Amino acid sequence: MYENMPEEKINKTYEKLKKDAQAGGYIINPDIDFTKKLVKGLLVNEDRYGYQACPCRISIGNKQEDLDIICPCDYRDSDLNDYGACYCALYVSQEIAEGKKKVESIPDRRPVEEERKMQKENKIESIGSLKYPIWRCKVCGYLCARDNPPEICPICKAKKDRFERFL
Amino acid sequence: MELNFEHVKGINKGDIKLYALSTCGWCGKTKELLNDLGVEFNYIYVDLLEGDPRQQAIEEVKKFNKNCSFPTIVINNEKAIVGFKENEIKEALS
Repeated sequence: MYENMPEEKINKTYEKLKKDAQAGGYIINPDIDFTKKLVKGLLVNEDRYGYQACPCRISIGNKQEDLDIICPCDYRDSDLNDYGACYCALYVSQEIAEGKKKVESIPDRRPVEEERKMQKENKIESIGSLKYPIWRCKVCGYLCARDNPPEICPICKAKKDRFERFL
Repeated sequence: MELNFEHVKGINKGDIKLYALSTCGWCGKTKELLNDLGVEFNYIYVDLLEGDPRQQAIEEVKKFNKNCSFPTIVINNEKAIVGFKENEIKEALS
């Protein structure tokens, strides 16, 4: 069961994730053992599917369908706000990082498959009067007005495919 | 078709099935808790399955938990505990 994921690779990824999180104003779960298991899960999923799908959600192995659960998932910020941790608890709030609140297993806010499909079909129509369309990064909320979304989000480094047309 | 669950020996508290993901931290904690409680249970890592068995496992979870989230514990094919709910699990199995 993927026991052969090299410790060194896990540690390196963990350190990078921690650094990137801090740079972006996020905090990685201070429970190092727990967090390293999640990091291992991300690497295992990358090997399996070609992208770092959430280790606590079932992936269907189709990137387009799984975009919303590629870590950091579309639901991280809302979960951090409501529960102080993201779904898998890789990211936590300041309060939890300082030990003032305990991290707990939370409900999954990802809509069920049928709802996700409906949401995709009901995307907001563009407002014709704008000079440029507005693109929104679904990971961090960054907005920009330009013909196409940037290749990489300048704020959180999420890739182009994580952007949605906002207006 | 029967799914291939791993069996853990222990005190019989009914038919306990744990649907889990091998990569998930909360699933790991749930399995540890069941081990600590010393109950007899069966578990399956759905992410390690492929093809039909994987789809079957997903359908089985959905019957009790339409979100198909993990971990899902199914007790006696009637009650489900979704997520690592430490107290709820202890209460149900003590």
